[in-house]
Amino acid sequence: MAIRSFFVPFLLFALCFNSSLTPVLSLYEDQVGLMDWHQQYIGKVKQAVFSTQKTGRRRVIVSTEENVIASLDLRHGEIFWRHLLGSNDVIDGIDIGLGKYVITLSSGGSILRSWNLPDGQMVWESFLQGPKHSKSLLLVPTNLKIEKDNVIVVFSNGRLHAVSCIDGEVLWNKDFEAESFEVQQVIQPPGSDLIYVVGFAASSQFEMYQINARNGELLKHESETFSSGFFREVSLVSSETVAALDSTGSILLTISFQNGEISFQQTPISNLVEDSSGPAVIIPSSVPGIFAIKTNAITIFIRVIGKGKLEVVETTNHETAVSNALPISEGQQAFALVQHAGSEIHLAVKLAHDWDGNLLKESIKMDQQRGLVHKVFINNYIRTDRSHGFRVLIVMEDHSLLLLQQGAVVWSREDGLASIIDVTASELPVERDGVSVAKVEHNLFEWLKGHMLKLKGTLMLASPEDVAAIQSMRLKSSEKSKMTRDHNGFRKLLIVLTRAGKLFALHTGDGRIVWSHLLRSLHKSEACKSPIGLNMYQWQVPHHHALDENPSVLVISRCGPSSGAPGVLSFVDAYTGKELNSLSLVHAVVQVIPLPYTDSTEQRLHLLIDSDKHAHLYPKSSEALGIFKREFSNIYWYSVEELDGIIKGHALKCKCTGEVADEFCFDTRDLWSVVFPSESEKIIATVTRKSNEVVHTQAKVIADQDVMYKYISRNLLFVATVAPKGSGEIGSVTPEESWLVVYLIDTVTGRILHRVTHHGAQGPVHAVFSENWVVYHYFNLRAHRYEMSVIEIYDQSRADNKDVWKLVLGKHNLTSPISLFSRPEVITKSQSYFFTHSVKAIAVTSTAKGITSKQLLIGTIGDQVLALDKRFLDPRRSVNPTQAEKEEGIIPLTDSLPIIPQSYVTHALRVEGLRGILTVPAKLESTTLVFAHGVDLFFTQLAPSRTYDSLTEDFSYALLLLTIVALVAAIFVTWRLSERKELQDKWR
Amino acid sequence: MKSVKVIVSFVLTLSLFSFPSSGFQSDELLLDDEEFGLEGSPRPRSPEPILTRSPPVTAPTRKRHSDLDSDSKIQFSLEHAFGDSDFSPAGTFSARLKTWSHGGQTLTKLRFSRNSFTDEDKEKFKNLLKSDDFYRIRIPSNVLNPPGRDFVISSVKARCLPREGLDEHFVIHMEGINVLAVNYGSPGSCPYPRNLKLPAKWSFNSHTVLKNSEQAPRAPVFTEEILGGENAEGEVVPPPERSFWAKYWMYLIPLGLIVMNAVTQAMNMPEEQATGQGQPGAVQRGPSPAARRR
Repeated sequence: MAIRSFFVPFLLFALCFNSSLTPVLSLYEDQVGLMDWHQQYIGKVKQAVFSTQKTGRRRVIVSTEENVIASLDLRHGEIFWRHLLGSNDVIDGIDIGLGKYVITLSSGGSILRSWNLPDGQMVWESFLQGPKHSKSLLLVPTNLKIEKDNVIVVFSNGRLHAVSCIDGEVLWNKDFEAESFEVQQVIQPPGSDLIYVVGFAASSQFEMYQINARNGELLKHESETFSSGFFREVSLVSSETVAALDSTGSILLTISFQNGEISFQQTPISNLVEDSSGPAVIIPSSVPGIFAIKTNAITIFIRVIGKGKLEVVETTNHETAVSNALPISEGQQAFALVQHAGSEIHLAVKLAHDWDGNLLKESIKMDQQRGLVHKVFINNYIRTDRSHGFRVLIVMEDHSLLLLQQGAVVWSREDGLASIIDVTASELPVERDGVSVAKVEHNLFEWLKGHMLKLKGTLMLASPEDVAAIQSMRLKSSEKSKMTRDHNGFRKLLIVLTRAGKLFALHTGDGRIVWSHLLRSLHKSEACKSPIGLNMYQWQVPHHHALDENPSVLVISRCGPSSGAPGVLSFVDAYTGKELNSLSLVHAVVQVIPLPYTDSTEQRLHLLIDSDKHAHLYPKSSEALGIFKREFSNIYWYSVEELDGIIKGHALKCKCTGEVADEFCFDTRDLWSVVFPSESEKIIATVTRKSNEVVHTQAKVIADQDVMYKYISRNLLFVATVAPKGSGEIGSVTPEESWLVVYLIDTVTGRILHRVTHHGAQGPVHAVFSENWVVYHYFNLRAHRYEMSVIEIYDQSRADNKDVWKLVLGKHNLTSPISLFSRPEVITKSQSYFFTHSVKAIAVTSTAKGITSKQLLIGTIGDQVLALDKRFLDPRRSVNPTQAEKEEGIIPLTDSLPIIPQSYVTHALRVEGLRGILTVPAKLESTTLVFAHGVDLFFTQLAPSRTYDSLTEDFSYALLLLTIVALVAAIFVTWRLSERKELQDKWR
Repeated sequence: MKSVKVIVSFVLTLSLFSFPSSGFQSDELLLDDEEFGLEGSPRPRSPEPILTRSPPVTAPTRKRHSDLDSDSKIQFSLEHAFGDSDFSPAGTFSARLKTWSHGGQTLTKLRFSRNSFTDEDKEKFKNLLKSDDFYRIRIPSNVLNPPGRDFVISSVKARCLPREGLDEHFVIHMEGINVLAVNYGSPGSCPYPRNLKLPAKWSFNSHTVLKNSEQAPRAPVFTEEILGGENAEGEVVPPPERSFWAKYWMYLIPLGLIVMNAVTQAMNMPEEQATGQGQPGAVQRGPSPAARRR
């Protein structure tokens, strides 16, 4: 009886156990940060302003090339607040007004905003219009007041504005109508009510306007002609003197406009420096009395003494950067000078009038991977001994931001990660003796303690401190940040290429930087003036027989902005970040085609197409050539000429027929072309399948035990075209004038497999192609809503293979090779749905074997990532699905796609400035890794069909063990009890 | 409510031109679908396309549009190339150009006449067959003022064409008077590996299809349901009542076990009373079931 009564609690217990195993749909609050990480960046700093008021002392305000304005903590470099302006709202200037407002000028000088310094709330916003486009300049004078109102002076769009600092009201404005007037500087001499506007007109005339700062009245207008013209920039030497260069860059001009009288002083550069050659450029700075010019690699600092007399104070051939002047006390201004010398940088802070004396001289060891110093911003503070202390903020070539103080780097921010161009994932090394980079195992006692804590948590016995300890333990889980490959494939390296030409390897476990490398080939050099990183490809992915090799990636870059510029290849070791090799090519790289073949060392063959339509094979080895020759006639590719509206298909022809014999160069030929009529269609989007996507099954069993065969071809291209009129912004055309045509094109034969027109629809189109379906997002002008459509394409030529007997007897055509030259028999199914959000990017989850159902990952306008089940985009949805269809999982048709708040994979976070979403399959079939990048980075693991193949991370093994032990003990106890009972019965 | 629009999924095989048969009433001036293709018949699911032979047969068209619509005859040429040779004329397409009252122009009644291969051509073609090379064709991208912006090119492995004679299949994708693309190939399959086979007779068996764009199915709009108000709301089916068992099984099973337990105990009780008369009250509970079972 005892055994039987024991059954009941056991059963109840088992039930509880089961229910605790059921996976959850979304994340619990305490699971945030377990598998995901989020990093915030700001981008390359353009301008930095230090707050001088007491409360704001610890802060620096920066504007960046990613259009971020942010307030950073000077002690730690953390972000207090941050605003991302739109991509077409470029920041022209920032400053601090009244000590408590951050003033920003953006959008080509047409929007002036004021933000509250402590919390970043916007205070006011003004729109400044003007007659013509011009340079925009922002000036916040410290003590210029109009009727107790502090004034901001803005020159933008050919108009000078005086704006109230309190409410953004325009107090007065003054047009500079002169057609060719180009403003260079707006100067407000301190302590006066005058504003000088200086600039060039007709490239050879210097113009000076003197304006009353109180009412905008023009007091004086002088102009002087200089016959040989001016060279763009001017440098402000004092409030009434500027330095400029003539148009040849060989004569220095100091222009003074004291009392409204313009006078030129010419000094040929050769008079100052003996061996100067080549045109000089002015380095923009604003140090009183001193300016800097640069000829070739030499930087020359020149002091202006008295009436246009110049004196060279220093010439240096080191890379140099100068800060603006910082007033430190009455009449004294300091500036910072940073020079490179080997692996160190020398920081010097000098007074403007005293070049030879240094207020501060420090040498700081600098990581070579940060490159050159691009910008310097100086700030002062009072030391404990009441003397002046200085700290400088420097912006490096890799876009990182560093604070230097007392000869050390106080903090650094890797803001290059805000501008990622391309991402690829790499496996970590297999765990072997001596391979593991980070030793993070801990002893048995700690392990036990951890599990006991977990057990307490599970049994709800934990005190709040214990809960906190458990949470921090989970977050710091050493397992996830190990440097070796794990069984589930969750740990990987994300290799990212940034716009600065730096490669970073991020660990997927906690997002830390494992290594970073500034590519030498992306460094400026004589041969390659302005290198641009383009793409990254997996060059070598060792597995099976080449496991001893490290994986490597191929980085493709180009010397210059035009597509005809010669390319540069660099090969980088994915484990160490070392640049293995780099090749400067003689030809351009227009297209890169990773071929599905690898050589014996697992190097992937790549075909590079140049601007003359020659194909070049890499790696240049005879083995690769041998493999390539075998597959020579099976290689096809396509090119999209978006401007001309032509898509062409190509194949290889023969060896290059150039004068230089190159056996790795091949001529190509055009096989097909699709010419879109230029008056009615314009290509706006082309999408193909991911080349490494795995499809589990070709057949799809539908409700009535029927089978449909997916048309799975790697050579399908989705193309979307819109009416040329409708390619502008949404709402710029009427529905009648706008249409969207989508195509599915076979890229081997050029066949149009599907073509459909959406009338009254407009771009932008975002699309994702996977397996046999494509989902695309566009705007429906008639319904005034965004819409998403799905097209699925099925193969009819295999549709007869339904008979089991046919399959058994082998009378089917499922194993016969498919030739795309056969006439395809396909059918398509499609359906459209409304969707609430506009979209920044779409991706789809990908898993190791392709068994797990798919989710669409939609980057919404709110910079979040939404996971939407593909079942919602199934063209077989109908209003009233039959019972059989319901069982199959078909959702009744609705007119719009649901947005379930719990299905945001970014939960409460935002990936500011979201640009791309990458999915990488883990080894565990149920799980996919998602990396979203923009200005911020976000990484998480997703299980679209829940983790059906593993226990969750926080599964308590201790509880399981305890249960088993308790059960065994209970069995023994009850057995003994029943024995005794039996004995008693017998003795009765 | 019942007028909920049902999107009729439609079938598209390459040789078959079909058009959406959705119930949506577009206010747009749509071109008459029937005039587009050669097949013309509104049978979207017909498994086999109607093939047009050379000289092709065009579907009879009815003159049913206003007199403003005017027709004119136009011609454009097909050119071919063997491998990488230059293009040379190979045939002529002729069609009627229909100008609609709203200004649009479309082609109808496409006919095709193929020039037969000269001996030289045959020789070249045989070479193509031997080297498994491409046979390429092109037509102008604008039929009114050829070649328009560019020629549209298509090519096929020459070994795909020979059967009895030379079978070819053109699909010409049109947009008004512009040719977007021409898809050229054999009308059937071209299995890989391609075997060398010379045609028995050197005459072309041409099939041509003109294709225009289809309209996409519209997103379903369930406005009626929303307007239906209370009625609609009233019809919202309450979640199906789950059976008693489905709801409470997790309580019922333990309960059942307890009851069973109790019943066995109760059954044991009289037994015990019967057997244990000698010592009443000595054992509170009945004997263990294990003992009884023995």
